[in-house]
Amino acid sequence: MTRPDGWEGFAADWASDQRAFKTASWGKVMMWIFLLSDTFIFSCFLLSYMTVRMSTTIPWPNPSEVFALEIGGKPVPLLLIAIMTFDLISSSGTMAMAVNYGYRRDRKKTVALILLTAFFGAAFVSMQAFEWTKLITEGVRPWANPWGAEQFGSSFFMITGFHGTHVTIGVIFLLITAHKVWRGDFDNEKPGFFTSRKGRYENVEIMGLYWHFVDLVWVFIFAFFYLW
Amino acid sequence: MSHAAIANNQAIPHAEGQQHPIRLYLVVWFWLFVLSTCSYLVDYFGFQGYLRWFLILLFMLVKAGLIVAIFMHMAWERRTLICAILLPPVAVLVFVGIMVFEANYTLFTRLDFFGAGS
Repeated sequence: MTRPDGWEGFAADWASDQRAFKTASWGKVMMWIFLLSDTFIFSCFLLSYMTVRMSTTIPWPNPSEVFALEIGGKPVPLLLIAIMTFDLISSSGTMAMAVNYGYRRDRKKTVALILLTAFFGAAFVSMQAFEWTKLITEGVRPWANPWGAEQFGSSFFMITGFHGTHVTIGVIFLLITAHKVWRGDFDNEKPGFFTSRKGRYENVEIMGLYWHFVDLVWVFIFAFFYLW
Repeated sequence: MSHAAIANNQAIPHAEGQQHPIRLYLVVWFWLFVLSTCSYLVDYFGFQGYLRWFLILLFMLVKAGLIVAIFMHMAWERRTLICAILLPPVAVLVFVGIMVFEANYTLFTRLDFFGAGS
C-alpha cells in the first residue's frame, strides 16, 4: 500500500482509523513520548536555573574558572567538561553503529559496540563523580559556595545529578540489551520479561533512542550551564 | 510524489528497520566533534556578549539537530511522528518568555528592597 507523504500524509494519518503512527512501532512511539516527557523535566530544571541566575543580585560564579583543571601549573578552562562532551558524543556514535549492525544481524559487532557504548557511559559517570568530589572539597554545597551566588550549587547538583542518573540507568539498560543480543533473543524472537512482546532488533534501536537523548540533554547542559 | 519517495516510504518500515550506510554515522560523528570543539573554543578564546551567546546557541542547535535527525532517525520518520514529538517542546519557549519577565521582576524587587546601589 502506498501512503501520501508530507502534509497530505500528516492529514491522512491523523484522520485514519486505529492508529496515527503508521510506520513507527508501538514500542518506538512509546519511547519517543517518554523522551518528550523527559524533555519537559529537563526544560524545567534549565528554566529554574535561568530564573535564579537572572534574579540574583550577587554575581554568578564564572563556570570557566570554576571548572578549570590545572595542567602543568596552568589552569585550562573547562577541560574535564570538554573531555566528558567528547566521551558522550563518541558513545552516541558507537550506539548508532550498534543499531545498524543489529539490523544487519551481526550479533558480535552489535554486542561489542553496545558494550563500548556502555564503557563510554560508565567513563562519563566516573568523570562526573570526580568533578563532584572536586567541587565538594572546594566547598560547594547546594546552599553555599566560595565564589558567588548561592543558587549555583543547587542548580549544579540538580541538573548534573539528574543527567548523571539518566546516564547510569542507560548504562544498566545497555548491559541488559547487550546480554539479550548475545543470547540471541532478537534472532529467536524470545518474548520480553515485562511486555511478553517478541524480541526484535528494533529493541536495540529503541534503546539507542534513549541513549542519544541522554547525549542530547548534555548538549543543552553544556551550552547553558557550562558555557553561558 | 516521486517514485523514489514511494520506494523510500515502503522500504523502511517493512525491511529490517532503519538501514543506512555506516559512513553516514561516521560523518555525523566527525561533525559533532568539530562542532563541540567550536563551542569549547568559544569559551577558550573568551568571546563575550552577544557574539558568545549567538555562537553557543548556534553550535548547540546544529548539534542537537544532527543527533535527532540522523542518530535518532527522525529524518526518516513520517511527518505525523515528527510533529507529535518536535512541536510540543516549542511550548517551552513560551515558558522561557514568562520566566524572563518573572526573573526581571524578582531582580527589581530585590534591588529595591535591599537598596543596592544606595
